[in-house]
Amino acid sequence: MSTHTLSVLVENKPGVLARIAGLFSRRGFNIDSLAVGPTEHPEVSRMTIVVSVEKSPLEQVTKQLNKLVEVIKIVELDDRDSVERELLLIKVRADADTRGQVLDAVQLFRAKVVDVAPDAITIEVTGNTGKLKDFLAVLEPFGIRELVQSGMVAIGRGSRSITERTLRPVTVPVPAAHSIPG
Amino acid sequence: MSEQGTAGGEQVTGAQSLIKSLEAAGAENIFGIPGGAILPAYDPLYDSKIRHILVRHEQGAGHAAQGYAVATGKVGVCMATSGPGATNLVTPIADAYMDSVPMVAVTGQVGASMIGTDAFQEADIRGITMPITKHNFLVTDASEIPRVVAEAFYLAATGRPGPVLVDVAKSALQAQTTYAWPTELNLPGYRPVTRPHSKQVREAARLILDSRRPVLYVGGGVIRARASKELLRLAELTGIPVVTTLMARGAFPDSHPQHLGMPGMHGTVAAVAGLQKSDLIICLGARFDDRVTGNLDSFAPGAKVIHADIDPAEIGKNRVTDVPIVGDAREVISDLTTVLQAEQDKGTTGDYEGWVKFLAGVKMQYPLGYDAPAEGLAPQYVIERLSAIAGPEAIYVAGVGQHQMWATHFVQYENPNTWINSGGLGTMGFAVPAAMGAKVGCPDTTVWAIDGDGCFQMTNQELATCTIEGIPIKVAVINNESLGMVRQWQTLFYEGRYSSTDLQSKRVPDFVKLAEAYGAVGLACDDPSDVDATINKAMEINDVPVVVDFRVERDAMVWPMVAAGTSNDEIKYARDLAPEFEEDDL
Repeated sequence: MSTHTLSVLVENKPGVLARIAGLFSRRGFNIDSLAVGPTEHPEVSRMTIVVSVEKSPLEQVTKQLNKLVEVIKIVELDDRDSVERELLLIKVRADADTRGQVLDAVQLFRAKVVDVAPDAITIEVTGNTGKLKDFLAVLEPFGIRELVQSGMVAIGRGSRSITERTLRPVTVPVPAAHSIPG
Repeated sequence: MSEQGTAGGEQVTGAQSLIKSLEAAGAENIFGIPGGAILPAYDPLYDSKIRHILVRHEQGAGHAAQGYAVATGKVGVCMATSGPGATNLVTPIADAYMDSVPMVAVTGQVGASMIGTDAFQEADIRGITMPITKHNFLVTDASEIPRVVAEAFYLAATGRPGPVLVDVAKSALQAQTTYAWPTELNLPGYRPVTRPHSKQVREAARLILDSRRPVLYVGGGVIRARASKELLRLAELTGIPVVTTLMARGAFPDSHPQHLGMPGMHGTVAAVAGLQKSDLIICLGARFDDRVTGNLDSFAPGAKVIHADIDPAEIGKNRVTDVPIVGDAREVISDLTTVLQAEQDKGTTGDYEGWVKFLAGVKMQYPLGYDAPAEGLAPQYVIERLSAIAGPEAIYVAGVGQHQMWATHFVQYENPNTWINSGGLGTMGFAVPAAMGAKVGCPDTTVWAIDGDGCFQMTNQELATCTIEGIPIKVAVINNESLGMVRQWQTLFYEGRYSSTDLQSKRVPDFVKLAEAYGAVGLACDDPSDVDATINKAMEINDVPVVVDFRVERDAMVWPMVAAGTSNDEIKYARDLAPEFEEDDL
């Protein structure tokens, strides 16, 4: 099994997330992480989906996703040629004795404190999966009270855009009768 | 999205817009049942040129739309109300999805403000049908109706055909809106590839010429693409043997000497051997279904594969492909024929002589057949005679089970679209409503439903529809008073412990009286010497439906057979009888 990151451009329509999630579950594919958000085009949303599969099932995933009418484009992003980020919010036990050590870790990982209470602080950190894992390992001994993590978002390096050619209009004339063409 | 052309659009209700849209899309017949949420649509439908056929159960509407679509090549349309009306369509929708049948299902939905409140007769039919439709829509804004209907018909009919559901909220049907039929559709995520890549076609031609034991593995895609003529040319140009799957029966004439018959679990020995021992499988619009391949790991171990399909996701799904070709079956076959013809003109042809001879030997040694029982009526004989009397121009529609397998084997198919059945989903009860739909589409053609006594009891209420609407189908009930295929498995794999397969249908119900109660003619036959006369009598009745209760012996089994999950090498020609191949001929 290996991890693959798919960028999926979809029409911004109700139900499209359910279609994609349903497709993964019924075809027996596991989603490690999923993030959805708008793009520079209001009618298009972008999903970043991380899946753990072998190469040939991955091809099936991609082909099955492509069959969904509202899926416009799928690109697999190679982690060497793309920037991958996740966001983590974490509430760590920190009293007067340990707060200094926790803040050191925050500094080291270029994280940010977003809330402070007498016996805990809440930290925001972004990074790739490895960095977040390391940060958690450092904080673990202090006592993690709660954490929430986003799905991964990813974008290819360089000047190329995966969205620029997707919105060229593809119009088809409405067939006069309803027979199968040909 | 699409051009609505609102300037000059007509002020109508959403319901009127829906019916106008269905008319504009070319719908001629709708099979359906009204109910609360869809009721507004039935008012303008009352005045429409579209014929609405009031069925007795929504499942019947769905299968009728399928039968209509397969027989005519047009999009079949069914309609139902929200909640239970819509959920009763689920089986036919799933069936159409598995067998790539172009169909549009229109359902009413509760008013937009009620959606999600567990309102009376509310069911999330869009959510329910997501995995079993090619696409589906929920319309809450009346102005979207024309565009959605146009898209639904376009999606259903193009690419790999399939069912599309349009769920329309009652509030949208009641709203005032502007009707304008779109002139263009914009579906940025839908671009089916129909033209095959010429490089792939040339590569396929090279493999074909280099092979020594090729076989044309023909699937339902050839039927849907209306590519039978092209297939015949390709087959005759190359001399390559042909197998036709359950979905492709009729795509290639059964009388043709190159035809080996149907492959798979109940395939002919020649067709199973033709795939199993080949060195090149040329798959045209088929999908390496488990019922064809048996145990996948031991399927056709020595074969390279050319796989042509309009759906890229089918290619490589089950079997590794050497030459993938994405495209419409007709275009693929035409292009392949052109390339191979050019090679032949240069003097390059394949050498398949030993292979063709070997398979001809297998075909001769292991023909389809059956042992007539000492007493009683053989089901195979009934179907054989039905085929001989009704002929290859008739349409044959089957349910699912033993009678279905006998109907594939013992009817001689010569023309495409004359065989209609539930292949992928295996829906018992398919035959009567699907035959009704086929007859509506082809009123001048004789339509025989070949049904089992189990299947027939699932959907025979549509005989009422047939009688009242003037749809004179003929039904041959192959009555072995059992769930016969299940019983066969119990005989073979469960030591004859017949748990819950005895239907006692020779006793209850009385099928002749049942037919008569529905205004149909009921006939019965239990003697081989009466079979022809009974069929002839049924053939003479063309004003009302006919039901013939063929009371056959119950122990007949479907042979050949590859037991589920085993290798095709384990095919049995009859019980405890494995074929022996003289492979020295290869």
